Amino acid sequence: MSSTIFEPGLNHFLVVSALLFSLGIMAVLSKRNVIMVLMGVELILNSANINLIAFSRFTELSLDGQMIGLFVIIIAAAEAAVALAIVLNVYNRFKTINLDEINLLKG
Amino acid sequence: MFTNLPIIILLLPLLAFILMIFIGNKLPRKGDWLATGMMALTLVLSVVLLITKVGSHSADVFTSSLDWVVIGSKTIGVGIMIDNLAAIMLVVVTLVSTLVHLFSIGYMEGDIRYSRYYAYLGLFSFSMLGIVLTNNILLMYVFWELVGISSYLLIGHWYEKKSASNAANKAFIVNRVGDFGMFIGIMILFISFSSFTFEAIFDSISAGKLPFGSEGWLTAAGVLIFSGAIGKSAQFPLHVWLPDAMEGPTPVSALIHAATMVAAGVYLVARVFPMLTADALMVIAYIGAITALIAATIAITQFDIKKVLAYSTISQLGYMIMALGVGAYTAGFMHLVTHAAFKAGLFLGAGSVIYAMHAALHKLHDHDTDAQNIRNMGGLKAKMPVTYWTFLIFTLAISGIPLTSGFLSKDEILAGTLAFSTINGHWLLPLIGFTVAGLTAFYMFRLFILTFHGKTANEKILGGVIESPKVMTIPLMVLAALSLFFFYSFNPFGASSGWFYSAVVRPVSIVPELLQPAAYPVFYEAVSSVHTIAMVLSIIIAVAGVFLAFLVYEKKKISAEKLAQHAGFLYKGATNKWYFDEIYNRVFVNGSHVIMKALRWFDETIIDGIVNGAATVTQLFASISGWIDTNIVDGLVNGTASTANRAGRLLSYIQTGKVQTYLLFVLFSLLVLFILFL
Amino acid sequence: MELTTILFYLFALVTLGSAAIMVFSKNIVHSAFALMFTLMGVAALYVLLYADFLAATQLLVYVGGILILILFGVMLTSQGYTLSFKTITVNLIPASLISVGIAALLIFAFLTTNWTISEVAERTDTVYDLGMLLMGDYILPFIAVGVLLLIAIIGAILMSTRLSADNEGAS
Repeated sequence: MSSTIFEPGLNHFLVVSALLFSLGIMAVLSKRNVIMVLMGVELILNSANINLIAFSRFTELSLDGQMIGLFVIIIAAAEAAVALAIVLNVYNRFKTINLDEINLLKG
Repeated sequence: MFTNLPIIILLLPLLAFILMIFIGNKLPRKGDWLATGMMALTLVLSVVLLITKVGSHSADVFTSSLDWVVIGSKTIGVGIMIDNLAAIMLVVVTLVSTLVHLFSIGYMEGDIRYSRYYAYLGLFSFSMLGIVLTNNILLMYVFWELVGISSYLLIGHWYEKKSASNAANKAFIVNRVGDFGMFIGIMILFISFSSFTFEAIFDSISAGKLPFGSEGWLTAAGVLIFSGAIGKSAQFPLHVWLPDAMEGPTPVSALIHAATMVAAGVYLVARVFPMLTADALMVIAYIGAITALIAATIAITQFDIKKVLAYSTISQLGYMIMALGVGAYTAGFMHLVTHAAFKAGLFLGAGSVIYAMHAALHKLHDHDTDAQNIRNMGGLKAKMPVTYWTFLIFTLAISGIPLTSGFLSKDEILAGTLAFSTINGHWLLPLIGFTVAGLTAFYMFRLFILTFHGKTANEKILGGVIESPKVMTIPLMVLAALSLFFFYSFNPFGASSGWFYSAVVRPVSIVPELLQPAAYPVFYEAVSSVHTIAMVLSIIIAVAGVFLAFLVYEKKKISAEKLAQHAGFLYKGATNKWYFDEIYNRVFVNGSHVIMKALRWFDETIIDGIVNGAATVTQLFASISGWIDTNIVDGLVNGTASTANRAGRLLSYIQTGKVQTYLLFVLFSLLVLFILFL
Repeated sequence: MELTTILFYLFALVTLGSAAIMVFSKNIVHSAFALMFTLMGVAALYVLLYADFLAATQLLVYVGGILILILFGVMLTSQGYTLSFKTITVNLIPASLISVGIAALLIFAFLTTNWTISEVAERTDTVYDLGMLLMGDYILPFIAVGVLLLIAIIGAILMSTRLSADNEGAS
């Protein structure tokens, strides 16, 4: 690719995905609300997907990368459904969805 | 043809089992038509297979297999093998199974676990067909155990009855003893030859390889594998489970404990026949002979209709095993086939009688009289004509009267034992053989006369007896037809000209020359030279047995009680089944109690003595070390404890119970690790 | 500058910017809407990567499905009226340190690795090829994922119904 450094290549997408990933980690680590944590997880999954599809575009991986990306989306959907059902149960049990108040396992 | 058809035959009963166990109860009539229909289809396919296989007049063996597990260089395959032996056995199993399915529609009517009963019958048929079809001794062992478990389930079908669940346990545990030996035998073969398939094992042996390089191990492997047959075929000394197994429903006894499963042991010996050494065969022959004799003597003294048949089954299985042991391979296997037909018939006939007795007793609201005790029967001839006539044919067949199938096979076995004794002088085997033939005729006709002839013990019961329904009598008629000679050979006085003898040929022994039993031509010549004598003798003895039974029980010329008194301890021993159960109880159950007590004594006197002696010495040291303890050790210990306590308190701050904090730690550590290693 | 380059920067900015809003917003409803823009931005990035089918799926599944689910979750678990829409941050300092550390590490790793890039011909339409793959090489995972979805649906329904049964028992 005879191009300037600004032209979007593999590395550009990877950097976007890395930033998205760290934002997701930030949400997961720092939010009290379980639903915010779940949104963070979705961000992480998306960043991984960008990675996969970027590699599928720029390397020999070809369509296999897209295929795995597709499966990631499907599994994310399943995960969201189950996770929210769990959240509802947790809410019913503890009357809160703040993660730092759910500490039954405290030593 | 020989690849797909056997697989379909094998899997149909499994499909029936799965369907019945899951949706059986929801089907109309609880699905008995489905199970029976699938079994009948299996029978048709098996007959087609048999006709094409035997009709092709070749001794070819068809095998096909695929790899199952690969461990390093060793491969364990799964596969099927169709030779004439398997094809015939296939028809025997499916035929008896189909008829039993049909018979059960009447017999088991209204049972609380009706569809489950049919499901288990399907499971049993599947496992039995697996034993027949497999080309692989490990797979055979798997099916062998499956047969054991389905037998356990069916014996314990009425598990509310304590005796039934006990009998199921006994059958299972006793079988396990034999199977243990069999597994060791299989492992010896696998370690030496790295393969489980019969073909590969036989090839290795005929190439001169021996397990661990010694002939003794080959004999040992043969005898150990045979011990599996001892368990399943209820041979001495593991025969004790079969009579108890009569607690199961009578059709089950007909299928499993008369015709097929117990014959699996015989089939196993026939399968591994080429690798058995002369010594191993000698053991097999004598075990068979002893079993035949013991069981026949016990059968004379029993009064429960099913127990008599059970002991007669053991005795006939002993016959087959003995026949294989002396090298009368075809005769032994033929007896398996003919016996399957007439013994299944006898059991189903007994089932029909019990069913009728039950119904009659039920009408009288009599729940104390035993419906299976032949002393409560008698005079059933007029009431149950179909059962009577078919039962007569079965009884003639098992007694070895000419024109029946039993005569053909039994006569060949007796000729085989006689020939064996002329070759190497084991005269005890033919002696036992002929004695048992006479005893068999006697006790079978005793049973027959006491049940159907004479005067009834209770007119009231007899009045309520009616013939069983059609679904129960038709199987009887089919089996009665199959107990006639012309299905096996057109010559009623010799089986050797029939199709059976040309289809099932004794395989050539592959063990080293020195260990081989007498070669087939030599044996065959000896058989031909004694055949006429054996035939005449066997007819005379069988007729004598029948005649004696008539004198004692029909004409009452000789009193049975007096006979019993004359026989003295022999009668007493036989009535008590030669005390096998008691001996096992003494030796194994009490034996373990004795060992336990001895250990306890050892524990209480010697070990305690040592301990007490040591205690006084210790006391001395204790007072010395006590001082050290309180001052030095305690200080250390307390110090350690308080340190641990403090550390624990400190660390418990980390365990906040908050997921996010944990995740924080995890990611932090991960980050550190990445930085360190990148 | 070509159009694709501009588009890339635009959508990268949309994605990352709205993701940042999502993370740092105090109001959970705002966060959810910011997440929607992030997901749309990612979908646009997929289009730039010639993954049109995935972009469509992303829009359908994420924006149409998961986001709605999350909003439902927000609504169903809010205790008060406006008060609980506030999200409170914990572990702020260690969390930001670790996030920055991870971002730095990942970017460092990506940029220093020498990827073997092969120029793939520009695809016009991936749906046909994806369909062939899905019914061919990927048939087993495809079926497995179908079963997984079924289980997830049954599980979610089961958990929610038990929830309502509990409530009835309590009330």
